[in-house]
Amino acid sequence: MSAVAPLPEQAPLRHRSVASRKAADLVVKVLSWIGALFGMSVMALVLYEVVIRGIKAWNWAFFTQPTPQDFMSTSGGMANAIVGTLIITAGAALIAIPIGFLAGVYLAEYGRNGRTATGIRMVANVVMGVPSIIVGVFAFAILVKPLQHYSGFAGSVALAFLMLPVMARTTEDILNLVPNELRESGLAMGAPRWRVTLRVVCKAARGGLITGATLAVVRVAGETAPLLFTALSSPYWITGLFGPGGYFGGPVSNLTKTIFDFAGQPYPHLQALAWGGALFIIVFVLGLNILVRLLFQRGKEW
Amino acid sequence: MVGTKVDEPTQIQGPGTVIPPRLEVAEDRRAGDEDFASLPNEISVHGLDFFYGKEQALFGNDIEIKKNRVTAVIGPSGCGKSTHLRAYNRIFNLYRDQRASGEIMFDGTNVLSSQTDLLDLRRRIGMIFQKPSPFPMTVFDNVAYGLRQHYRLGRAELSMRVEDALKRSAIWDEVKHKLNEPGNALSGGQQQRLCIARAIAAQPDVLLMDEPCSAIDPVATAKIEELILELKDKYTIVLVTHNMQQAARVSDYTAFFFQGRIVEFGPTTNIFSCPTEKQTEEYITGRFG
Repeated sequence: MSAVAPLPEQAPLRHRSVASRKAADLVVKVLSWIGALFGMSVMALVLYEVVIRGIKAWNWAFFTQPTPQDFMSTSGGMANAIVGTLIITAGAALIAIPIGFLAGVYLAEYGRNGRTATGIRMVANVVMGVPSIIVGVFAFAILVKPLQHYSGFAGSVALAFLMLPVMARTTEDILNLVPNELRESGLAMGAPRWRVTLRVVCKAARGGLITGATLAVVRVAGETAPLLFTALSSPYWITGLFGPGGYFGGPVSNLTKTIFDFAGQPYPHLQALAWGGALFIIVFVLGLNILVRLLFQRGKEW
Repeated sequence: MVGTKVDEPTQIQGPGTVIPPRLEVAEDRRAGDEDFASLPNEISVHGLDFFYGKEQALFGNDIEIKKNRVTAVIGPSGCGKSTHLRAYNRIFNLYRDQRASGEIMFDGTNVLSSQTDLLDLRRRIGMIFQKPSPFPMTVFDNVAYGLRQHYRLGRAELSMRVEDALKRSAIWDEVKHKLNEPGNALSGGQQQRLCIARAIAAQPDVLLMDEPCSAIDPVATAKIEELILELKDKYTIVLVTHNMQQAARVSDYTAFFFQGRIVEFGPTTNIFSCPTEKQTEEYITGRFG
């Protein structure tokens, strides 16, 4: 349209030093390498220590025997704690995943930038930052104190409370990655909103949603503090749903609290069990991660 | 909501529809000599205003979309072409801050009225988007989506209609062995024709095409243009395009948009050979835009 005016006469451009820019590049590169190496080696050291010490405790009894009632005896395993942790975590997932998913759908699809959604998002961010012990006390206040007994269910509720905001926010973030064209295409076909959301948008984001849910589970699988006042601990097997030994009725043995208890004991046998339990949690979390990644990598192309 | 009765199947061509070879743009196809006023209107728009929040994007648009004709909408970027099109099926309702006022008469009612059943409106006015957007499901399920949504169909009839839609979208031969593969495994041009098949499977009256060729290569574009010419026998097509040659090749009527207003609307031959407005002439001769 309009011709570009020629630059006025001026001194020729002076080059900036190439060498100094290359040097800066090198410095940043080396620094980031050192940072990465430091972080990784600390993690590797922790992992190495847990694997070396934990693997020694892994034997038949570890996976079949309940935790020893008599601390002096060298028999016993962690089987009841493993089962308890799986049940408490599964209970938490059953509560938090559906609610968190629906909350995330609301934030991403319906609420968007509305006032309600902004409020919910802020609350979720705050709850994510709440120390887990506070959550434990909260569950104690609403479920343990009024009912006058500890329970595995109270533990699940405490963990679910921690999972909920993580689940909601990851669901929201993942749904936001789905391009709007897909929503518009679905609606343009005359499909109602809920159907487009569930059958098209969530299906497109399926892999990410499942990974998100797994990460939310992983996030709480290793929590100790929320269980301190809720599921407590127990040297017995869980006996069912109700009654003093049941999920709803009384303390339920779990790995993290047991590790916490045993690691502080002067008996080498108990310390070994604690290391074994720690290794189990790491393997469980890692395994869950890898499994989900393997299963749903293909999901991305859908 | 989904209980709409199935239309009489008589209007569906059976499987085995022969795809004719590529149509040359013949002069007699042109609408220049038609009596515009006597042609039936599919959609008539009066005083359409559109707002993004407080910002007004369309100003008093008036246009008549003729039945079984291709109407092209051209104009420079940001002139409101897509916005105009997106009012016809109320797809803008997805966004809270967008609203339209005025009148879009379709089948005797104002589309913009709050009484409008959006699901039924969108069954009758299908849309093809700029970016091919197959759903995350198989080729078959993509095409069956609208059919399942709006009609009660037996399995055999469903497959028959899916096949028919794919044939009429000139993609059957390319996907007949891939019906159970994911829709987004197809190439871009195939995906776009799949989207057209998905739209026409639902038996719409109108097809809105929002720059359907801007994300695909020239060969695929040629196929889609060919398809548009074939589809206009059964559907009324409104085509937004950046490409003036495309408008000249496939449309009967052309509307030129500039800054949210319809500057000129008339038979495509007239718009491209002897535009009456200076802005139109400058745009189609490439002096701005």
